[in-house]
Amino acid sequence: MILTKAQYDEIAQCLVSVPPTRQSLRKLKQRFPSQSQATLLSIFSQEYQKHIKRTHAKHHTSEAIESYYQRYLNGVGRNGAAPVLLDLANEVDYAPSLMARIILERFLQEHEETPPSKSVINSMLRDPSQIPDGVLANQVYQCIVNDCCYGPLVDCIKHAIGHEHEVLLRDLLLEKSLSFLDEDQLRAKGYDKTPDFILQVPVAVEGHIIHWIESKASFGDECSHHAYLHDQFWSYWNRLFGATWASREMEAACLVPLPDPMVCSRTAVRYLVSSKGKHKSTCHAGILSISGPDARGLLGPSPCL
Amino acid sequence: MAAVLESLLREEVSVAAAVRWIARSAQSSEVTAPTRPQAWPESAFRDDPGEAAALSSLRPLRKEFVPFLLNFLREQSSRVLPQGPPTPAKAPGSSAALPGRPGGPPRGGRGARSQLFPPTEPSSTAAAEAPSARRGGRRRGPGPGRERGGRGSGGLEEGVSGESSPWAGGRRPRGSGSPGSPSLARSDPPNLSNLEEFPPVGSVPPGPAGTKPSRRINPTPVSEERSLSKPKTCFTSPPINCVPSSQSSVPDTSPWGHGLPPGCRSLQEEREMLRKERSKQLQQSPTPACPTSESGSPLPSRTGNLTAEPADPARVSSRQRLELIALIYSSCIAENLVPNLFLELFFVLQLLTARRMVATKESDLEPIPGALDSLESPLFQSVHDCVFFAVQVLEHQFQVLSYLDKGTLKLLAENERLLCFSPALQGRLRAAYEGSVAKVSLAMPPSAQAVSFQPETDNRANFSSDRAFHTFKKQRDVFFEVLREWEDRHEEPGWDFEKGLGSRIRAMMGQLSAACSHSHFVRLFQKQLLQMCQSPSGTGGTVLGEAPDVLSMLGADKLGRLRRLQERLVAPQSSGGPCPPPTFPGCQGFFRDFILSASSFQFNQHLMDSLSLKIRELNSLALPQPEPSDEDGESDVDWQGERRQFAMVLLSLRLLAKFLGFVAFLPYRGPEPPPTRELQDSILALRSQVPPALDVRALLQQGLRARRAVLTVPWLVEFLSLADHIVPLLDYYRSIFTLLLHLHRSLVLSKESEGEMCFLNKLLLLAVLGWLFQIPTVPEDLFFLEEGQLDTFEVDTVTSEQGLDGMPVVDQHLLYTCCPYIGELRKLLASWVSGSSGRSGGFVRKITPTTTTGLGAQPPRTTQGLQAQLAQAFFHNQPPSLRRTVEFVAERIGSNCVKHIKATLVADLVRQAESLLQEQLVTQGQEGGDPAQLLEILCSQLCPHGAQALTRGREFCQKKSPGAVRALLPEETPAAVLSSAENIAVGLATEKACAWLSANITALIRREVKAAVSRTLRAQGPEPAARGERRGCSRACEHHAPLPSHLISEIKDVLALAVGPRDPEEGVSPEHLEQLLGQLGQTLRCRQFLCPPAEQHLAKCSVELASLLVADQIPVLGPPVQHRLERGQARRLLHMLLSLWKDDFQVPVPLQLLLSPRNLGLLADTRPREWDLLLFLLRELVEKGLMGRTEIEACLGSLHDAQWPKDFSEELATLFNPLLAEPHMPEPQLRACELVQTNRGTVLAQS
Repeated sequence: MILTKAQYDEIAQCLVSVPPTRQSLRKLKQRFPSQSQATLLSIFSQEYQKHIKRTHAKHHTSEAIESYYQRYLNGVGRNGAAPVLLDLANEVDYAPSLMARIILERFLQEHEETPPSKSVINSMLRDPSQIPDGVLANQVYQCIVNDCCYGPLVDCIKHAIGHEHEVLLRDLLLEKSLSFLDEDQLRAKGYDKTPDFILQVPVAVEGHIIHWIESKASFGDECSHHAYLHDQFWSYWNRLFGATWASREMEAACLVPLPDPMVCSRTAVRYLVSSKGKHKSTCHAGILSISGPDARGLLGPSPCL
Repeated sequence: MAAVLESLLREEVSVAAAVRWIARSAQSSEVTAPTRPQAWPESAFRDDPGEAAALSSLRPLRKEFVPFLLNFLREQSSRVLPQGPPTPAKAPGSSAALPGRPGGPPRGGRGARSQLFPPTEPSSTAAAEAPSARRGGRRRGPGPGRERGGRGSGGLEEGVSGESSPWAGGRRPRGSGSPGSPSLARSDPPNLSNLEEFPPVGSVPPGPAGTKPSRRINPTPVSEERSLSKPKTCFTSPPINCVPSSQSSVPDTSPWGHGLPPGCRSLQEEREMLRKERSKQLQQSPTPACPTSESGSPLPSRTGNLTAEPADPARVSSRQRLELIALIYSSCIAENLVPNLFLELFFVLQLLTARRMVATKESDLEPIPGALDSLESPLFQSVHDCVFFAVQVLEHQFQVLSYLDKGTLKLLAENERLLCFSPALQGRLRAAYEGSVAKVSLAMPPSAQAVSFQPETDNRANFSSDRAFHTFKKQRDVFFEVLREWEDRHEEPGWDFEKGLGSRIRAMMGQLSAACSHSHFVRLFQKQLLQMCQSPSGTGGTVLGEAPDVLSMLGADKLGRLRRLQERLVAPQSSGGPCPPPTFPGCQGFFRDFILSASSFQFNQHLMDSLSLKIRELNSLALPQPEPSDEDGESDVDWQGERRQFAMVLLSLRLLAKFLGFVAFLPYRGPEPPPTRELQDSILALRSQVPPALDVRALLQQGLRARRAVLTVPWLVEFLSLADHIVPLLDYYRSIFTLLLHLHRSLVLSKESEGEMCFLNKLLLLAVLGWLFQIPTVPEDLFFLEEGQLDTFEVDTVTSEQGLDGMPVVDQHLLYTCCPYIGELRKLLASWVSGSSGRSGGFVRKITPTTTTGLGAQPPRTTQGLQAQLAQAFFHNQPPSLRRTVEFVAERIGSNCVKHIKATLVADLVRQAESLLQEQLVTQGQEGGDPAQLLEILCSQLCPHGAQALTRGREFCQKKSPGAVRALLPEETPAAVLSSAENIAVGLATEKACAWLSANITALIRREVKAAVSRTLRAQGPEPAARGERRGCSRACEHHAPLPSHLISEIKDVLALAVGPRDPEEGVSPEHLEQLLGQLGQTLRCRQFLCPPAEQHLAKCSVELASLLVADQIPVLGPPVQHRLERGQARRLLHMLLSLWKDDFQVPVPLQLLLSPRNLGLLADTRPREWDLLLFLLRELVEKGLMGRTEIEACLGSLHDAQWPKDFSEELATLFNPLLAEPHMPEPQLRACELVQTNRGTVLAQS
């Protein structure tokens, strides 16, 4: 399933200032019925994260925190069963889970002698039953289950997707009889930074030589490409793993996941970068990610890279 | 000195005698008589007593003859090459011939070079001694605050620029704007018309030797004269037939040729006009940076109507005199009495391609019959004279010419003047061209990649601590990041290495604390350096070149042409004249700037150590042995390989030595030599105490003795070229120069006898040495040393063994790669052909693909002993490929043997260790005792078995080596040879393997056992529950279960729907819930995609779901819009959950959450309260053994802490007491609503 730059832009455009809730996602699905939920969610999540990164600071000023907390207290004072915290988050355009964290932190500060440690907060967010105040516990829980971009549940889902795709990728490599070394084997050999898989015998895909594969299991927009490039891919390149990284068009334009004809008919997807109207491959040194049309139709036909 | 020349011209002395006389001054008298050029008459070789007498009176002047001759020729040619031809020569002036100029002291007489044209301009000396003029580099000099002596690409050139000026600058008055004047150079505003400071985009910055002050536009009055349309002032040149007046003769591109005429009113104005004019020209011709194009000849393309004056053999004025001088000049060249062979060739070609004569006197155009024997009359009276002279010299130098590359030969053979003056020579050149295979491409293949991770050295085990390991990890990334940024940006205007990267580099260096980290980083640095810059021509291409990618997108047929095109585009336009100063082109610049920016003493020291080590290693590398010339073509193939390997080694050595020289002399490098003698002496006294970074003298002596000069000298020259001004004065280095000088003199090209060095080898050495002698930091008087200093040489080379020198290891490609400045000859000729030189700088016609294979691993050195000698003798008689094969096989098999032992014997021992450990653990209980102790016990039991390794290793080598040798050698190899080769391979492999094994096997076993022990103990350790009990999916599973992420997401949606807020039409169907739980079961049974965190979350979500079911909080989608789940459905779902919890989850399920205040609170919220589902659930939990009663009790107990409404607490107590009291309850009979019927309002709101 190819997602063109234009399609991607269209989706991203719809996601400006949309709260990260179930309802938003539902609307998005109605708007783009041809895209799978996984793809849409992944794009949504990434767009929303960008948005949060931009606005994060303004919600963490002490004035803002104080005002949120007061509004929360007033709200639950009026009606503890109402979705006070969730509404507050949506109103100020902040992620519900993160809002819950702000209020919880503030609450604990007020009710306990010492400022709460991060691990305590995290543990309470994972299991709101531990929150000493019942009303707050409910409010927090509501925020967490309704937030589709942040929170412990979403983190777990992302982690699970990552793991699943590594397994899928491994299956695929085995199925295609491609000999590889996985991360654990490489670590055992003493490598400090390794991609998910290094092919022991490189393969050519559409004329590009693939040496290593890193599964990212999230949608590969420019931003995430940049981030991964910086954090990981260059490191792999620096250790080279036998690759000749011939193209540096990474920075170029849009990312187009394409089903990969050679390595995997089923799920693998490569990124192509469209640069000034021409497609140039970005991933001479490796398939950056795989995912996508799953044969069993559970993930739907589109990639979730 | 002039007397000698005159007596020659008067034929009082024969040329042969004169040359012998001169040569004797340079070399010991027993040197063989010079081979005569063909043109020499037999009689010339008779020693005439009269001649001897005539010459002996001049004895004290002997050594000054050659410099005099060179100066004389340059001076004479000044009218032909008025623009200051880029033929610098560092011949010291012959003081005796120069009235009014006493000879300077032999040392440090820096002004001498300017005496090339001495009488006109004493001030040029001052200019020559003002090397601090900062015009050499692309970058402007840095601020004075920070000492950046050699910074920037201009770093090296800075010290150079002024010094090469005299040959051009000497003849012109130094105007106020002279860049040679440091003070003015600094105070002047940037001179936009200065091509060195502001080179046109895309041009290779010309080295000062090629550009010189001659580039600088001297003020020429324009405005007034132009209005009068006088030719002299026009920027277009005079019409062809117009006899140029003394002022107007200069073509537009060379306004520096003449002084500033009086009456110039406003220099500023003039400059402005010149600049405009220049910028116009720049737009027309994009590559004016090529010095030959700029200054070599007038450019018709620019001037429109200026063509070269035709040369006519019939109009040569004084044939005989020219012949004589050509003869003596050629003889000096042939005897290596001139410092730089190629410089002289360049000069001669300049004469050949001279466009027109600059006439100064009216009588000039006519020959003066009576003045033949006199030096008073000009030697070159017309272009015809010049061409005649040049052709004469070329005839004598035919041999050298014939070894030049094909392109140059073609241009020479096609030169119409040459054809006109000497059809014979033209014919020989044509024949040479047709026979030549020496295609030389000046472009270089992009070759660089990042250095790969080396598990052997970059392993954690090689670092002192985790921290050091991780620091190095980060540094590697920073280093490559810096490198990439440099690549992307270093060509951007205004980008500065130091500003852009300096602080990052220093921050990185700051993290290198432990000595060990430094050595790791230096290793990476050096490897990357070699990888990037080693490509032929030493400049490296684009590191991560995109071009190949583009090319590969096109069809194969177009590929060749495109490659050629690409090559032309990337080939250096100019290497900076025939004598460029040392520079760091291409990627080398990065490494130089990195060193400078890092400015880390430790780093430099480690780098020097590492470079020295590598140089020694490569220098002593066993390179091809002389091969008995084979009859078949097989040896030819081998020979290609040998040559390639030699080239790789040589280029690597040159690169390493250059950087070693750079770093080693970095602390001493300054822009100029010490100003006073006293200061110089004190510096000398100090410096002579400092031991050299690498004992290059010993290496040179070794090289000469082993006849490996062709390998050693080129890198030594690179090393010395970066020395500072003091170095050549130090005794140690002076002796090196003496040796080199001797070598230079001994490399007479015409001598070709058995045991002599190959011609191209000689040519390479002559080229690099000639270049070295022209380096500004090398004193110019050094070449013309007193004879007394030149005694100790010959003895060294007397060795019978034939070394590398005698083998044809150098080909034209290597020659041109090492000495790109030889290519200037071609450019000069091509510019003649094209008429306009500058435009097509590269002139690359031929493409020679070059490979960059890594250096072969160093063949293992055999040990002493008769066996080894026998093996050596055996190899000696076989083609070298056999030896390489055997050594290669031995090396690989030896290494494989170790790996094999590791995988078999050691692995077995590790398994034994594991089972022993298990026993130990069983007998000693779970703890098993101290791990260190355990390890000791195990090792003491197992290590003795390591002895088997040697036996097994021997067997392995015995078994594997012969097959490999057989497979790799030609099938026709005689059986005896084959079996010997096999035996040697077995022996070498066994030796290698056993040496390693006997030294390391115990440590290896220990290490592996230790790892196994800690693995076992860890597995034994913390969570025995989780371990071992985890089941995989069943064998039949096809892994078609839904993905965990999908399920978590689905369940999350249900939870969100239940918790709200929700739209009125939202809800779930009971069927969906059932299906969801069914899928959950599938996923839990197929564990393919399940990871523990996901399972934990699934468990938790399932409990939450159960709570919602119990509290009847799930909105069900149905015909009436929203309603509650039916009891039966709820129970069915709870049953499913119970069975999942009991049978399928493999992580602990947080069931206590069911009784958490929050989830019970849900129940409190419903109206009417219905407890039966909860009671049902709890009973089932107890029954299935999922929760104990006490556990439930504890949960309920903690519930009391929460603040509940009183009635709710009462209800709870009433409800649970019977449950807890009675082990078995039948089906719940009570409904909560029946128990307590009061309406309680919102519990949550009150809490």
